[in-house]
Amino acid sequence: MSEQIICRNAALGYEDGIVTEDIDFTVNSGDYLCILGENGSGKSTLIKALLGLKPQISGEIKWCGGFSAKDIGYLPQQTPIQRDFPASVNEIVLSGCLSKMGRRPFYKAAEKKLAAENMAQLGISDLAKRCYRELSGGQQQRVLLARALCAASKMLLLDEPMTGLDPHAQSELYEIIAALNAKGTSIIMVSHDITSALKYATHILHISKKQLFFGEKSNYIKSSVCKTFLETEAEND
Amino acid sequence: MTDIFSTLQYYFSYPFVWYALIVVLLIALCSSLLGVTLVLKRFSFIGDGLSHVAFGAMAIAAVIGITDKMIIILPVTVLSAILLLRTGKNTKIKGDASIAMISVSALALGYILMNIFPVSSNISADVCGSLFGSTSILKLKIEDVWLCIVLSVIVLAIFVLFYNRIFSVTFDESFSKATGINSDAYNLMIAIITAVIIVLAMNLVGSLLVSALIIFPALSAMRLFKSFKSVTICSAIISVICAAAGIILSILLKTPTGATIVAADIAVFLIFSLASILTSKSK
Repeated sequence: MSEQIICRNAALGYEDGIVTEDIDFTVNSGDYLCILGENGSGKSTLIKALLGLKPQISGEIKWCGGFSAKDIGYLPQQTPIQRDFPASVNEIVLSGCLSKMGRRPFYKAAEKKLAAENMAQLGISDLAKRCYRELSGGQQQRVLLARALCAASKMLLLDEPMTGLDPHAQSELYEIIAALNAKGTSIIMVSHDITSALKYATHILHISKKQLFFGEKSNYIKSSVCKTFLETEAEND
Repeated sequence: MTDIFSTLQYYFSYPFVWYALIVVLLIALCSSLLGVTLVLKRFSFIGDGLSHVAFGAMAIAAVIGITDKMIIILPVTVLSAILLLRTGKNTKIKGDASIAMISVSALALGYILMNIFPVSSNISADVCGSLFGSTSILKLKIEDVWLCIVLSVIVLAIFVLFYNRIFSVTFDESFSKATGINSDAYNLMIAIITAVIIVLAMNLVGSLLVSALIIFPALSAMRLFKSFKSVTICSAIISVICAAAGIILSILLKTPTGATIVAADIAVFLIFSLASILTSKSK
């Protein structure tokens, strides 16, 4: 187990104020970390910091062992633009390879091979020529996952990937992610589905303006943070 | 029929008609390529806003009395493109509102200027010409043609070289940013190219009709085609064919060139929309 990201006492936010603070956690290779928190708790700010798009205000975020922010495959939330976008699955998956190409303008055989491998891995090879906007939500997420894997395969950062999926597609996607994790890809997933987080994750990071909990899943289940969260969830249902 | 050919033969014996045709086809090609990105990024209105800014800049250039109006129009429009992108992010005035604000201001102030300092005796003809395209397309000098060729080649080269990155930034800005593509720089590049094309196209179809040239071919292609590459290629072909058809029809029917080209684009859009309805029903 080698450390990939070490976050020490980081405060994150914008010029006009801190969004979340006391963030302190470590991601080791092969971990499956679930980041839990309500809306507005600073989850998306944390994602930006992890991707190296927004430097922390104070504290430290360290990428270890030759690992850098660019080695994270990112699955952003879907935008309204994409639902209506004329693009083939192949074009989208290939675009994940761009980060490896430096200034080279066009794809070569190596990129096409990588894209084909990742599509095969996620079982979407037969969709390669299909139009993205005509796919189901679950298929679309697998396409974006294949693209993320083209960019980086050591670690995936998924931003609420289950949004808008029906329960069947959700459990399918969870299984795919678990399979990738079993092959050695570290997973960081932002979610507010605590039940699935407890089922699949190895570690939990719970934030709300500041860090409430970080540790292994088994410890989280015993914590008071988890109990309160489950109770409010139950009330909301 | 022989009548039609002899009329065309007569017109095409003049070099200025050939100049016009070359310029029109190049502009149609560039604008349609860019249109795909602009429509998909929901930036269609930027094209519209910029064309009105270009109108205002032209009025200023006319008042100052510069013969080469490009010296003023091009920088002002490019600058506005950059500003529009900036304000799009600034939350004080939302993107669409700021575009509407800038475009109507430029129109109003430009019109006032043209009235206070009339350059010719017939102001309404001047205004009408710059809004809907004038006969100036037939008064192109060889220098204008060369300028247009050079700028078009630059635009085409940029588009081809950055095609894959433009796709990535258009489809998913957050992902592109995360993988180290400087999406802000690409947005800026797209805005500047848009400004250049609008200034080039303004003489041709007039500032009110410029955005039609940009958005219609892309919208038509998107009815039927399903990959980014096929949409882009189809959009370019539609635009070039419509431009050629528009210019020939306008010669034959003695209709305004710009409006005729736009009418051809509208016709193709309707045909493609119908085709898309029919193909989706037959499935």
